[in-house]
Amino acid sequence: MRSQMRLEAKFRWLPTPLRSLLLFIVWLLLNNSVSAGHIVLAVILAIVIPLATSPFRTKQPLVLKPGLAFRHLMLVLYDIITANVQVAILILGPNKKLTPGFVKVPLDLTHDMPITILASTVSLTPGTVSAEVYPWRECLTEGKEPEERFLLIHVLNLEDEQALINTIKQRYEAPLKEIFQC
Amino acid sequence: MIEWIISILLLLGGSFVLVGSIGLVKMPDFFMRLHGPTKATTLGMALLLTASMVFFSSTQAGFSAKEILISLFLLLTAPISGYMMIKAAIHHKLDSIERTKGIDNIEDDV
Repeated sequence: MRSQMRLEAKFRWLPTPLRSLLLFIVWLLLNNSVSAGHIVLAVILAIVIPLATSPFRTKQPLVLKPGLAFRHLMLVLYDIITANVQVAILILGPNKKLTPGFVKVPLDLTHDMPITILASTVSLTPGTVSAEVYPWRECLTEGKEPEERFLLIHVLNLEDEQALINTIKQRYEAPLKEIFQC
Repeated sequence: MIEWIISILLLLGGSFVLVGSIGLVKMPDFFMRLHGPTKATTLGMALLLTASMVFFSSTQAGFSAKEILISLFLLLTAPISGYMMIKAAIHHKLDSIERTKGIDNIEDDV
């Protein structure tokens, strides 16, 4: 059965479970210890901070497939390493061989959070930097979804535009759609 | 042995950061210059921080994990600062070199 995108968590006192987990880990790492006192303090902070800040935030879809999210994270980390080697080769090679370009990638994602994650992964992976999300936020009418969204990216060495768009959509966007179910 | 690992990590990390900086100098236009610092430098820093983690874990008592946190924050901030810079560049209509494809994909400001 295909589950639905969810904006609200199941428990009211834990509005964003993953963010709480992240806060817990970050607190322990900051103090570089796993003593009982720090664990108790980390638990308190991980519950209180999301509760106190959730009224300020616009509701974003929650991660519904944590396993897949972890697998996607590993894939992205692997891609960052290969991307670095590729970009290093491109940078050290002759400038004349590079044909830069701007490409518009049509997006299927709808919410800010998944789009931000996609834009950041695109920036960190081979030869691409995300530049803009269209349509402009100022052009959107309140409460109405735009028909189409685009991500404008700058490519260091553009060879096949369609192939690049397909890679981004299949490799990075499809898992995100699956993770957030949107 | 540990010393070897640390030196290799430091050298690798340093060379990635160096390549990123070379890209910053060598590329012909602003948009292409952004590619070096957003990518090559991230991995370079991650390698340098891993070296630091190995060093402090082996010389001091206990495992040093703060560096993981620094890498995490770098991974978060690098794409966002890159995005802010390229957005500003597009807004100011900076010139890109002539052979850039798909210039007309940029939409006008509101």
